[in-house]
Amino acid sequence: MKISLNWLKSYVPVQWDVHRLADALTMAGLEVEGLYDRYDYLKTVVVGRVVRMSPHPSAVKLKCCEVDSGNGLIPVVCGAPNVHVGCLSALALPGTILPGGGVIEAGVIRGETSSGMLCSEAELELGPDHSGIMILDAALTPGQSLATALELSDKVMEIGLTPNRADCLSFIGIAREAAAIQNAPLMFPEILLPETGDDIRQTTSVTIQSPDHCPRYSARVVGCITIGPSPFWLRDRLLSVGIRPVNNVVDITNFVMMETGQPLHAFDFDLLAGHRIVVRTAAAGEPFETLDHKTRTLNEDTLMICDGEKPVAVAGVMGGCNSEIGADTRTVLIESACFNPVSIRKTSKFFGLSTDASHRFERGVDPEGTLFALNRAAALMVELCGGICRRGVIDEYPGAADRKPIPLSADAVNRLLGTQLDVRTMDSLLHAIGFDIKPLSSDQREVVAPSFRVDVSRPVDLVEEIARLSGYAQIPTTFPVIPQSIPTGYAHRNRKRQLLELMTGFGFSEAITYSFVHPHASRHLRLKSDDVHMRTLEILNPLTEDQGVMRTSLIPGLLEAVYYNITQQSRNLKLFEVGNIFISNGQDALPDETEMLACVWTGARHDLAWHTSDVVCDFYDLKGVVEALLKALHIQPPLFTRITDASRPYLKKGYAAHILCNDRVMGCIGQIHPETLAAFNVKQPVYGVEINVQHLFAEILDVHHNTTAVPKFPSVSRDVTLIISRSIESMQILLAVREMNEPLVEQALLFAIFEGGRLPADKKSVSFRLIYRSSEETLEDTVVNDLHTAISSRLIQRFDASLP
Amino acid sequence: MGLVVGLFLSPFIADTFVMTGKQTVEQQIEQILREALHQIQTSSVADQIQSLTVQYLGRKGQVTQFLRNISHLPAEQRPQAGKRANDVKKILEEAFQNRLREIEDSQAAEDTGIDVSLPGRAAFRGALHPITQITRRISDIFSRMGFDIAEGPEVELDHYNFECLNIPKNHPARDMQDTFYVSESIVLRTHTSPIQVRYMEKHEPPIHIIAPGKVYRCDSDITHTPMFHQVEGLVVGEGITFGDLKGILTAFVHQMFDTQTSLRFRPSFFPFTEPSAEVDILCVMCRGKGCRVCKQTGWLEVLGSGMVHPAVFENVGYDTSRYSGFAFGMGVERIAMLKFGIDDIRKYYENDIRFLRQF
Repeated sequence: MKISLNWLKSYVPVQWDVHRLADALTMAGLEVEGLYDRYDYLKTVVVGRVVRMSPHPSAVKLKCCEVDSGNGLIPVVCGAPNVHVGCLSALALPGTILPGGGVIEAGVIRGETSSGMLCSEAELELGPDHSGIMILDAALTPGQSLATALELSDKVMEIGLTPNRADCLSFIGIAREAAAIQNAPLMFPEILLPETGDDIRQTTSVTIQSPDHCPRYSARVVGCITIGPSPFWLRDRLLSVGIRPVNNVVDITNFVMMETGQPLHAFDFDLLAGHRIVVRTAAAGEPFETLDHKTRTLNEDTLMICDGEKPVAVAGVMGGCNSEIGADTRTVLIESACFNPVSIRKTSKFFGLSTDASHRFERGVDPEGTLFALNRAAALMVELCGGICRRGVIDEYPGAADRKPIPLSADAVNRLLGTQLDVRTMDSLLHAIGFDIKPLSSDQREVVAPSFRVDVSRPVDLVEEIARLSGYAQIPTTFPVIPQSIPTGYAHRNRKRQLLELMTGFGFSEAITYSFVHPHASRHLRLKSDDVHMRTLEILNPLTEDQGVMRTSLIPGLLEAVYYNITQQSRNLKLFEVGNIFISNGQDALPDETEMLACVWTGARHDLAWHTSDVVCDFYDLKGVVEALLKALHIQPPLFTRITDASRPYLKKGYAAHILCNDRVMGCIGQIHPETLAAFNVKQPVYGVEINVQHLFAEILDVHHNTTAVPKFPSVSRDVTLIISRSIESMQILLAVREMNEPLVEQALLFAIFEGGRLPADKKSVSFRLIYRSSEETLEDTVVNDLHTAISSRLIQRFDASLP
Repeated sequence: MGLVVGLFLSPFIADTFVMTGKQTVEQQIEQILREALHQIQTSSVADQIQSLTVQYLGRKGQVTQFLRNISHLPAEQRPQAGKRANDVKKILEEAFQNRLREIEDSQAAEDTGIDVSLPGRAAFRGALHPITQITRRISDIFSRMGFDIAEGPEVELDHYNFECLNIPKNHPARDMQDTFYVSESIVLRTHTSPIQVRYMEKHEPPIHIIAPGKVYRCDSDITHTPMFHQVEGLVVGEGITFGDLKGILTAFVHQMFDTQTSLRFRPSFFPFTEPSAEVDILCVMCRGKGCRVCKQTGWLEVLGSGMVHPAVFENVGYDTSRYSGFAFGMGVERIAMLKFGIDDIRKYYENDIRFLRQF
């Protein structure tokens, strides 16, 4: 909210420098977010004297002037009727931005050079007159800044109010705080309201049919109004806080709202059917045209101000066209009401329509403030619009309630704040902002909050007032005693930390992608309709379509990142992410959130280097990472089994595997399917892994590993090469050796694979090294040879193999 | 080369001892020694030394032969000749070794070596995301102070995200957080405070936790992303004061930044705390002089905090006459921006490898 210092001074003497005041307001909880000079736009406007003048050669109404700018003569083309040689006026130099938005530039006007503009007071928003240029006091000096010459000076504070401080949405509200912190008096405007017309009760009535929505409705009627522009002082006040003047009646309602915080509405009384007001909720589906000329469909929760027949305003939000103040309006009914905040907020949200009035009603206006604002507005209408105010006021107040006293214990305040404030200090702090205090004992008080403090109802609300007014800086800094306790979830966090360290150690950089993805992501992953990953949770109000659903896989986000990097010419990427996926249980239930690890590898195996040729990464590069990761986490070597079913359709068939530990699938690995890549505009092969983190960690043995003794006796190794069918997976042979459970076989390693050459097309040659060792003795060659021959022949038999 | 020349000489011929009358057995071995030493001295290549070694000490070498033939000598000569021959063998072995070492040393001096400026075979390490790194630092600081870490769901019930935190439906405070809705009653959590409510429901005071995690708000510009990260904290116990809140947050800021970074507690409003405070820190860029980052104010807003509102305690069934507490929260992106000098929050989620690898 904008607060003009000049305007503020009508209600409180400002003894302090404006910066000090701004800081003090900030430290009292009214954050001054900006402080600027209201007349900043005049800094390139100077006093200029017209030295010479000649008719414009090609335009009858224009004159070519030479104007003394105090800094040389400046050619100005001017069309004002009152321009004359010798006159002093406001000269806007190039670069000036007029309040109306126009920018002054040096240019040519119908063939004649013009390097500035002589302005009317209306053009500079310094007065109402736009009939001609400003004529300034002849005693002024050309070149003087106009603001200095006219002694124009005002500062405007931009205050960011928190939603609890409804009472500060007005000049008087801010003045009250400024008065309290400066220890200065608060001054209210004097209201002199002559009531000379007929008794209001004879001409109108107000009926509140929905007292829950409308605790109070006050009204006055002012007749004999002449609609016209407001006087300059009023327009100036509104302009100083960024409100555009409309006409005298509307301006007065806006002015009084800014002054008191009470939103007002003026109806054209003659347009009210039956000359009366009924406050009720709307009929569902009823159309209504609001002042912004939009037709809105009402619902049964919308509180409406109606006349004898029809709605005439959306209560607390916006008036209707059917009762709008116009040039012909003669009689005005001024509404000064109090509406239920929740009701107004619902309506405002329902229509997507937020106004100065709804903003205040939502936060709560002072129920006791309606009459003051009403009388102030009526008095101004009498004064400024030639109006005659009817005698009496209508004041329907079904929601009148006593303010409940709040118990306050000084000791409790000090205990919560950690302070040692004196009870009398507390009294005076609260008293300064309008609270009534009744002492019960040296410690106990009964406090009644002023009616405009709708946010105060509990003792803790009083603590806050005391704390902010005495200053948070005064509260001593202390330290709580934090007892030792056993941390929870420690093991998981440590493992996760280890997981992240390992992945970076393997050369992968951590990405964080958005948890929401495009609704098409599941289609891009080629998921079948019965796939569990199709159960996406929708966001009702996404910012953009591509953030429409919660992700069910980390792969789409990482592929987006791959695509983005490729567009940035980074083609060799090793990225990973650890984050949740969300499997929907329906929109009305919480989804299953599962923590996943995913990584992608694309492009080169190594950075370009002198010692190795440029090789593109492949399945086995990524598989090696998974194996090393599990090994480092002390997990038994997993099994990689070819994916033969329809699961993981975003991996290329034949190039993808499940990762199994103890017969449980914990993830998958493979080459991303070309169709999926195409959907993400990625044109180079990408290999990906997805692993369920919880399943992964479950495989880590919690018990200490039993360390085995380092062998004492030497090992002996023997190789065997088998020619087998290409369809046999090499791992099967290693498993077969393992299954033989030969105690002397320590390890079996695969070290060579060969296809083609002289081998038949359906065969391959695989070479294994078996390492034999006994824990009891040094093995004799003959023992090893016999065993190796036996194992080899068993393998030959089992896999229908031959020797080379 | 320390060399002792023997006093007696013997005539020697390769295959047999022949008393030539010119050379005694003693003379023969001394001659072998002389010649060998000369040849060693004049050799300059390791290979030459190798073949000389074979020539003299190999299986058919001269010294070896000499030793073998000693048995043919008269019995009284044998001991002396044998002893001398073994001495010679040792002398030569030592001489060969020394010469070989000399040659190697001189060669090493001439060796220009390798190009040590060539890049090493990369053991490339990836980088942790800056948000992860800063979240860790924050968590570590609070862990050291005795805080436990709690987590909770990212998709949350309106009940936990708002209602329990004293933010009823249709309250203007809801405007403070632009919310993504999944349904009437389910939202993407807008802060990690619901974790604290869930924690309080399951635990009795005393409580000291922080709750890190992803949060979501529908807002996107240079300073807002629809997803970001928070760390919130909660302390509940008997006699917890606003002064304690100041103490814990001062201790945090001094560890996260440095002890020169002063704090300013400014009254504010959050529905779930009262009194509430925004916490500004002295601008870490300009040290309070005023700069672009702090918008010339000298202060940076980094934390929201306050004493837990009694309504929140009532919602989880705590005895408000017995317990008090404070809560605080911060945006990890904001802290990371200050620590790393990042000016556009969206950089965190582009995942540009050139950005990620800087951390």
